[in-house]
Amino acid sequence: MSAPRTAVLALGDDALVLSHRLGEWAGNAPVLEEEVALANIALDLLGQARALLTMAGDEDELAYLREERAFTNVQLVEQPNGDFAHTIARQLYFSAYQELLYERLADGGTDDAELAALAAKAVKEVAYHRDHAEHWTLRLGDGTETSRKRMKDALEGLWRHTGELFRPVEGLDVDWAGLDEQWARRITGVLERAALTVPEGPRSSPWAAGAGRQGVHTEPFGRMLAEMQHLHRSHPGASW
Amino acid sequence: MTTSEWPLWEVFVRSRRGLSHTHVGSLHAPDAEMALRNARDLYTRRSEGVSIWVVPSSAVTASSPDEKDPFFEPAADKPYRHPTFYEVPEGVRHL
Repeated sequence: MSAPRTAVLALGDDALVLSHRLGEWAGNAPVLEEEVALANIALDLLGQARALLTMAGDEDELAYLREERAFTNVQLVEQPNGDFAHTIARQLYFSAYQELLYERLADGGTDDAELAALAAKAVKEVAYHRDHAEHWTLRLGDGTETSRKRMKDALEGLWRHTGELFRPVEGLDVDWAGLDEQWARRITGVLERAALTVPEGPRSSPWAAGAGRQGVHTEPFGRMLAEMQHLHRSHPGASW
Repeated sequence: MTTSEWPLWEVFVRSRRGLSHTHVGSLHAPDAEMALRNARDLYTRRSEGVSIWVVPSSAVTASSPDEKDPFFEPAADKPYRHPTFYEVPEGVRHL
């Protein structure tokens, strides 16, 4: 049996949008070594996105010709890069979620053999993304007064986008509450080691009627899409 | 934070089991753990390696260019130090 289109689209959009955000660091990263690290993560995610979107239809059409409301990525991944601490906090929250989810998908969370195989391959990439984000969280959290403050602000600022990660995705046989619990334990562990505290406050925005998975996005997403899609839309059907 | 504040590390990669680690280049990183990760991203992303070492560049003691002559010149006219006067037995490869 194949996974429903909504499920592969949701996972594919997460990967595509975060990949684009990370790609925005190219030429702007604080140091060359870190620029390459972020670009590597972006390319891993782009590879996942291509495979997932291809399972849902034509990858280019899906990436470049859909309107904002047709994207079903979680709002967390569309949040702007901000400073380096924001990028790391976003990556920490998302990679920890993605790793746990893909472990499930590789191990019975889907009856789609292709999706299970993709998840099994991707989980090794994602484990590295999570490791990278964890190491930076430890260093920024337990670093200077400035780095600590920035890391704390970033973790708190993005906290309200973490609840959405565990809303059930149609067609995936996953214990979402259990996933959330495991995620929270893992994040708590990292933040404790980094001498930081787990943010308090709601984990979703007050207008919970809709969120990224329903095509409701935050303001910066439209601008990101415009930049991502304008070249393709300006030259329909062009090829090298 | 600028690169100049981070120490320099020398990177050695073992390309496959049985071979020794070979110097491939250097990079900047705040500490050894991050240096390993940066090395992974910079030098092994096309599956060039199975093992990485990073060493602080400051820990390397290098010969000085000024000492080049006393260090290396005397070896130039001593061909008997080279194993060129032996017959290579048949069937021996990798010599």
